[in-house]
Amino acid sequence: MNARPSCLSISGLTAILPNGSRVLRSVSLDVKPGEVHALVGESGAGKSMIGKALLGVLPPSVRQVEGSIALEGTELETLGAAARRRLIGARTALIPQDPLTALNPSRRIGPQMSDRLTHILGWPAERARNRIREMLAEVHIREPDRVIAAYPHELSGGMRQRVLIAAAFAAEPRLIVADEPTTALDVTVQKQILRLIADLQRQHGTAILFVTHDLGVVAKISQSVTVLYAGMVVERAPTPALFATPQHAYTRALMAATPRYTDPASSLQPVGSAVLAELALEVQNADNEWKRAHG
Amino acid sequence: MILQKFLLRLITMAVTLFGVAVVVFIVIRVAPGDPIAMMLPPGAGPEDIARLRALYGLDKSLPHQFLIWLGGVVQGDFGTSISLRQDVLSLVLGRLPATLELATVALLIALIIGGPLAVIGARERGTAVEAGIDVAGGAALSIPDFLWGLVLILLFGVLAPIFEISGRVSPSLDLPFSTQFYLVESILRLRFDLTADLLSHMFMPALALALPLAAIITLLLKQSLKEVMDLDYVVLARVKGFSETQVILREALKNAALPTLTLIGVQFTFLIGGTVIVERLFSYEGLGNMAIDAVINRDLPLIQGIVLVFALIFVLINLAVDLSYALLNPRLRHG
Repeated sequence: MNARPSCLSISGLTAILPNGSRVLRSVSLDVKPGEVHALVGESGAGKSMIGKALLGVLPPSVRQVEGSIALEGTELETLGAAARRRLIGARTALIPQDPLTALNPSRRIGPQMSDRLTHILGWPAERARNRIREMLAEVHIREPDRVIAAYPHELSGGMRQRVLIAAAFAAEPRLIVADEPTTALDVTVQKQILRLIADLQRQHGTAILFVTHDLGVVAKISQSVTVLYAGMVVERAPTPALFATPQHAYTRALMAATPRYTDPASSLQPVGSAVLAELALEVQNADNEWKRAHG
Repeated sequence: MILQKFLLRLITMAVTLFGVAVVVFIVIRVAPGDPIAMMLPPGAGPEDIARLRALYGLDKSLPHQFLIWLGGVVQGDFGTSISLRQDVLSLVLGRLPATLELATVALLIALIIGGPLAVIGARERGTAVEAGIDVAGGAALSIPDFLWGLVLILLFGVLAPIFEISGRVSPSLDLPFSTQFYLVESILRLRFDLTADLLSHMFMPALALALPLAAIITLLLKQSLKEVMDLDYVVLARVKGFSETQVILREALKNAALPTLTLIGVQFTFLIGGTVIVERLFSYEGLGNMAIDAVINRDLPLIQGIVLVFALIFVLINLAVDLSYALLNPRLRHG
């Protein structure tokens, strides 16, 4: 156990749909300060839900019923709604999945980048403006003034994602939730954006909860991993250990199902039925246990 | 390019107005009722009728009459009112400001009621508050403006006589105005006693006109806001730390306003149409009230003048809506 408090500590997080089925099954994980923690799983595994629960933006149909989320030692549950919102605004940020829909089409880029600084953190406008210029330089945007004055539709997808990344790092948050930040981009741009996030993360020492379905990305960017299946933690390990000695059959199956650019001739293995049966059994057991505990 | 668009727009407007002119000219002449018969005392002989018909040009063929009238209109001469025996243009222009002020105040009331209710409803979506707003909106919408007028007369004219019930301004007051825009002028001259009197007269007819429009604004804007509230950039604003109300006002409102704005334009023209009956109900001396008199008296030149002015207002409102649309949507501005 590390002596420093975790940047993010989630334990027993459970969320349900209106029909009572669980989308998150008692999820626990720890993100240390300054580390990149990858959340990996198939689509529908609930990896985005964890980030949304932390940021307080769960969809209206999903309800968190159990568990605690602590941000740098502060239990979010103990805060009132407004205090929680301010804490999230000050200490965290989100790099969204789709840069095309994550910017307001009717507002200029500059104010969209700086409004957290000026309105939530109370920075003077001048300081916020300078900070935005700095950040745009850090994400290698050559004409910051043109971008600041532009509307989103005047920028390419890759540019918009750079803008969103710059905005996320601008307030020096302790934790950034990156929700599949490269999925919606062209393959050629994906690599650049990934490297950009990794560089900024190192320079700023920001912890990142990196949501992805791509084990290749996990290997490149993260220091620790949580593997999810059906809202349930399957395996949790430091990244090198996970790739060296995957403990769970599902993790091994996922690795076999990941394409390798170095060895394109090797055929991909779908996750086998024996593994799926084992997972189904584990989910079943977890649900039975939960039902026993909750009547 | 912009000049080209502008010219095209002007031509479209001219064609629209010409169409309206043709239709109204023909319809009021085909419809039963003879203005000459209304003017003459009983027992007038056929020669008298023929003389009057010739005097007003009614003995000529329809196309000929139309050309004479159109030629005048183009030069700013809308003819002479048969019943009032005055120049139509100055009659219409004399009454138009009263109606414009009434319609504008009604629109403002509708926005003041509808805008905040839509924001509250979107913030409290899925709760009893939203359900209450929906019910109230449905009720306000399904009762027509003149019926609201009667309800208001009963409430604020009879049961709790707070507001003036009839006319545009108290007859006892000395009016220092040099234009017919009484409300605007009273504010500019800082005569707020007169402003209060004018508003007291205007309140009930304006509210009657405003309530259905307020309901439309509330329901439509609320719906548009709710659709925007789950979009990624709105979620991102919540993560930034903005409260739900701030999120609505900063991120959602401008984008959600576009469909509402179009509808307000359309509905505002209906509202101006509604002034005809509501002005009558409150004896408000506007264009609508004059229109009813003109129709009763079969005052063909006056009807034509009023309808043409109404049509011009409608066309201008549509133009204003298109312009504000471009202003709100940056993609249209650059495209």
